[in-house]
Amino acid sequence: MRDCSKILIAHGGGGGLSYQLIKELFLPAFENPVSKKLDDAACLPLQGKRIAFSTDSYVVKPLFFLGGDIGKLAVCGTINDLAMMGAEPLYISAAFIIEEGFPLDTLKRVINSMKEIAKETGVLIVTGDTKVVEKGSLDQIFINTAGIGYIDGDLNISGSNAKVGDVVILSGTIGDHGIAVLSQRDGFKFESRLKSDCAPLNKLVSKMVEKSKNIHVLRDPTRGGIATTLNEISLQSGIEILIKEKDIPIRDEVRAACEILGLDPLNLPSEGKLIAFVSGEDAHLVLQAMREDPLGKDATIIGEVSGNTQSRVLLETIIGGTRIVNLPEGDLLPRIC
Amino acid sequence: MEYLDKLRDRKLADGLVKKIRTLTPKRHNFMEVCGTHTVTILKSGIKDLLRDEINLISGPGCPVCVTSTQDVDKAISIARMDGVILATFGDMLKVPGSSSSLQREKAEGRNIRVIYSSLDALKIARENPKKMVVLLAIGFETTAPTIASTLLTAIRMGLSNFSILSLHKLIPPAMKALLGMGEIRLEGFICPGHVGTIIGSTPFQFIAKDYGIPCVITGFEPLDILQAIFILLTQKKEKKSQVMIQYKRAVSKEGNPVALDLMDKVFERCDAKWRGLRTIPESGLRLRDKYKNFDGEYLFDIRDEEVKDPSGCICGEILRGIKEPIDCKLFGRSCRPYHPVGPCMVSSEGSCAAYYHYGRKER
Repeated sequence: MRDCSKILIAHGGGGGLSYQLIKELFLPAFENPVSKKLDDAACLPLQGKRIAFSTDSYVVKPLFFLGGDIGKLAVCGTINDLAMMGAEPLYISAAFIIEEGFPLDTLKRVINSMKEIAKETGVLIVTGDTKVVEKGSLDQIFINTAGIGYIDGDLNISGSNAKVGDVVILSGTIGDHGIAVLSQRDGFKFESRLKSDCAPLNKLVSKMVEKSKNIHVLRDPTRGGIATTLNEISLQSGIEILIKEKDIPIRDEVRAACEILGLDPLNLPSEGKLIAFVSGEDAHLVLQAMREDPLGKDATIIGEVSGNTQSRVLLETIIGGTRIVNLPEGDLLPRIC
Repeated sequence: MEYLDKLRDRKLADGLVKKIRTLTPKRHNFMEVCGTHTVTILKSGIKDLLRDEINLISGPGCPVCVTSTQDVDKAISIARMDGVILATFGDMLKVPGSSSSLQREKAEGRNIRVIYSSLDALKIARENPKKMVVLLAIGFETTAPTIASTLLTAIRMGLSNFSILSLHKLIPPAMKALLGMGEIRLEGFICPGHVGTIIGSTPFQFIAKDYGIPCVITGFEPLDILQAIFILLTQKKEKKSQVMIQYKRAVSKEGNPVALDLMDKVFERCDAKWRGLRTIPESGLRLRDKYKNFDGEYLFDIRDEEVKDPSGCICGEILRGIKEPIDCKLFGRSCRPYHPVGPCMVSSEGSCAAYYHYGRKER
């Protein structure tokens, strides 16, 4: 912030600059006990019960990609943000900002996709808004969704709850969404049949929380990938995290694309994966529950909380060295979700 | 990926590390000349893995980093001229000149185009016949042949609105200059594999012969580098100093004769200004006289002005291997990848950027 007088693309990238913007501008302005927790969703006390509340905007380009589209992404994204608090998602709002001249048939496809995913997950889309702006004022269509969900009485899941002794579980391969969207963008001339992993994670989460009360953190590694997610958790909880490169599941297509494009898979977004910090003794119970769900069949332990004297993320590399995993900085991938 | 995986195999790495440890009763100073090697060394954790055995020092082998502030200013001056389109590879955009950068000039509306291939510059020239397209050509022996080939293609196409600002540099003269300065005691060179594919191993011979320092031309995967370190240590143990090729899957003793011919046809050697190393004789490439109508230096005649490098920035010392990025007061504070003060933080192959992203030590 102190070095920039203008908003850069990287301020929205989910990396270091996004974090700086939140810390130095948004939080001081809106600080209260709820917002300062910086979780994926706010946890609101309401007449002795707790409600999770979250919002997100979707600007993905292209609008349609293998494995999903902006509509599916908009509903899944908010469902997942609620689920990451252990909440059962209930109601969602949908607001559309549309460019003049946008084809009605395309809008119908997007709406239909939102309808399908809401039906599949049992979430109700209960309110909404539409704005249309002059041609050229925005690119096709942006969608905002917000949602609320109910948090079961004794759950206490937050990015600030990770502890020494926790293991880090990842629900499956990383970066599928990032590469699937990129490969279908103009200017990237490579063919891929890789599908986005865009999916609602609420059912997987409910199976996990049913099995264990010792799930301390849940996060879905979207923008900025697991590098960002793990760094955020390490900062929130004041812990050191050690992950092992050899244990991180990455599809060959994703690795190959990263080699060609010079990208780091740890920085790539997923839209249907989660990271869980679980106490060591419950890890296998949770892992088993996850593997029984189709969205968690490749779940695996990728690391552990290795200390609490400093906030940092370390990676044991494939050849046995160790290095820092930094919050990604600079130009990440704009409009990936 | 299967092919790459073999070059990142844990068991083989463990074996090499074990052998390296038996050969290092004392710590050795080896320099990796090339920025791509620096990235692999940090990203794969080799630096940390062998921290007690080998002091791996980053060298001047990142073309963006060694481009002098004057040369960046020169490119900016050309970009400011009417009727000019400056075509550049993306990594030059953020490099700070003395008072601006190409990125800032682009935001101000100068006609600066980012290209992915030098042939893109020809396309731009063809589509804009009333503008002069200037290709900002930076790089080492690795990129010079493609630029030479682009120029010859432009001539074949009959393009008269295309020119080149050649800031090309040559690696062996820089290594010689570095050794001549005598600031660091080097015991081995991990030589750049990509440069080696073009020039072969012969141009490195003087280092082994005249300075008694072993050299290994090395590939870019973790096992390549571990093997190169092992070969260097074996030479040390046997008290030999030879130039050996580890990167045999790409490099031959003679190099690539077609590429060398192309380079020789279009370019001739000249003195060149290197950031941190000052002016090194015969270390640059300029267009031969017969191509002067395509030479940005000749066409635009921009005077060199003395400029100072940014205050507090130690990129020069880092490029000479006498300091590490973490020794810089600006590192990670006012100098970060999104807001670089010096060029070593700009390029993804720059030492500072690599240390910033992957360095083991605290900042």
